[in-house]
Amino acid sequence: MIYKVISKTEFRKFIDALVKHNTAYGPRAVDTGKDGKPIYQFMPVTSADEIDFDYTVTHSSAKHLFLPYRDELSRFRFNDEDWEQEVRYEAPPLILIGLRPCDINAINILDEVMLHGPYPSPYYLARRKNTFIIGMDHLPLPDCFCKSMNRHTVNHGFNLFCSDIGDKYYLSINSSKAYTFLKEFMLEEPSYEDNCLLIERRKTIKQSFTTNIEVTGLPVFLDIEFDSPIWQKWGDKCLSCGSCAMVCPTCYCYSVEERFDVDLKGSSRQNHLYSCNLIDFAQVAGGHNFRPRNGDRLKYRYYHHYRGFAANDNQQICVGCNRCGRACLADINPKDVINDLRLERESCMICVSPSPDRT
Amino acid sequence: MHDMRFTLPGQDLNREPFALKPPDFQKKCEVMITDRGYKCRLTNIVTISSQEKLFLLRIINPQERELFNFRPGQFLMLEVPGYGEAPISISSDNSNHEFIEICIRKAGHVTSAMFEAKQGAVVSIRGPFGTAFPMEAMEGSNVLLVAGGLGIAPVRAPLYWIGNHRDRYKNVYLLYGAKEPSQLLFSYQFEEWKKVSKVELMTIVENPDASWAGRTGMITELFNDFSFDAKKTFAIVCGPPVMFKFVCNYLDGKGIPMNRMFVSLERRMHCGMGKCCRCMVGSTFTCLDGPVFDYWSVMNLKEAI
Repeated sequence: MIYKVISKTEFRKFIDALVKHNTAYGPRAVDTGKDGKPIYQFMPVTSADEIDFDYTVTHSSAKHLFLPYRDELSRFRFNDEDWEQEVRYEAPPLILIGLRPCDINAINILDEVMLHGPYPSPYYLARRKNTFIIGMDHLPLPDCFCKSMNRHTVNHGFNLFCSDIGDKYYLSINSSKAYTFLKEFMLEEPSYEDNCLLIERRKTIKQSFTTNIEVTGLPVFLDIEFDSPIWQKWGDKCLSCGSCAMVCPTCYCYSVEERFDVDLKGSSRQNHLYSCNLIDFAQVAGGHNFRPRNGDRLKYRYYHHYRGFAANDNQQICVGCNRCGRACLADINPKDVINDLRLERESCMICVSPSPDRT
Repeated sequence: MHDMRFTLPGQDLNREPFALKPPDFQKKCEVMITDRGYKCRLTNIVTISSQEKLFLLRIINPQERELFNFRPGQFLMLEVPGYGEAPISISSDNSNHEFIEICIRKAGHVTSAMFEAKQGAVVSIRGPFGTAFPMEAMEGSNVLLVAGGLGIAPVRAPLYWIGNHRDRYKNVYLLYGAKEPSQLLFSYQFEEWKKVSKVELMTIVENPDASWAGRTGMITELFNDFSFDAKKTFAIVCGPPVMFKFVCNYLDGKGIPMNRMFVSLERRMHCGMGKCCRCMVGSTFTCLDGPVFDYWSVMNLKEAI
């Protein structure tokens, strides 16, 4: 990792040059929300002016650039009695601009899932290798809780990371590709003041978090609360629409579907991103559904995010961006669910072991 | 259970050619091809009951045929191009590299397509995936195989293994229960298992018809017929989830340690390699950590059975 400092005007020139000659995705305001604030999304950009460098957070994550909502895995071509299978990994080089630390952490978690198991996914690998990631830090929104999940800083998984220090960016350059590009532009060695400003910036970010979720020991809590009525309560609110999984940066569950071409001369195998909240997620052939109730499926999603991976890899896959909370049509967000879970247990603890003044 | 994930699927060192080759240090790891299937021809289709058919598959490419090594208990992903993929447990002899046998019940989209297939049709398989029954660990002990209904399909693979290495095991019992006498699958092999593999076979049905002369009732009733040394017995249980609970609880009461009872779970898998999460139970994947679990792990999984 090399650290450099670049002025904001020079940085715009750099982005401009990069964006002009490559396919690039950057944050752009696409709509206005009901509170009057713009809604951002990662959209194709062709010049630096189109990018909103001071955006807050995008509505959906950058996940779909690595795991598309619909991805063709292979094609079959039928001859008379026989068929041929074609597999193509299509991954044109891509530049992602302005990812937040939580987004980059989410991609690192996806790396863990997709590449580090016994069966690495070549489709994901092809896309991941061909993507150039420029990260940027930001001041948290009131409902972000990535600090609670310890995902508000990022140390790897990007090519270039920019921290905003007034009229300059403090760059962490993490790949030779990024350095080769940047050599053409005016870079400065970070001075003592710049270092101080960076530390100050980090401190400000750390202190601006207003939402906190206590996740220590959460796996045990979830185990204890497996049959809690809370899941029923939140399950009754849940509409089972799957919005949360679509915007989540780490939800990667998918279904494989196969369909014939219209001319019946071939077929394609596609994977579709799926959501564990959809009703047929755990349905097996013959019609038995292992999780028929809304509450069961909602619980499953929380278990997968906060417990499953803690049991397997000693980390939780939630990054705390609260996109699911913002996208939820029924106003369910992880903060409320987890606090509800904890509160019930803690109030219960009081009745088990009464405090001294109550006895 | 966990160390089995690191054993290569289907590696048989006696006949594995790469054990003799010098190691290739440039190659970082042996990665299984998981995105492209092996082309198979349906060489024979046997109708064994009104609902089930036995398919004999032969991988067309001889090189791929050698590559496809499995261990008893593992499953493969069967793909009918255009219709989709389904996980099917392998129920053939793993020393037989020429043919793969799979027993399929007509239940869903893919299996219905398979039922319409004629002899000579070409399908694709990926795999083998998943964990296997620890047959080596069972050596020198009694083996108790309990199968209910279609559960006989995955049990057939360890049966063949035991038949091939019969001298390594002590008494082998096969308890097989079904709803009706006509649903007792592979009845044409019963004599072979009894006489050639020297397996003590006991069958039972729930709803007998006029022709049935054997035992009637639930499968747990068969345990009254014989006695075994629980301390030196391994159990393999395959069947509907309700059966696991009854049989494993009974065997637990008899004194078989929980880590010596193995069950084979079923879920709808879409990828077979721990990516799609469709088969996740609690915090484990049925495709990676299973389908063969010891009863201890299954007990600790919520929603498992």
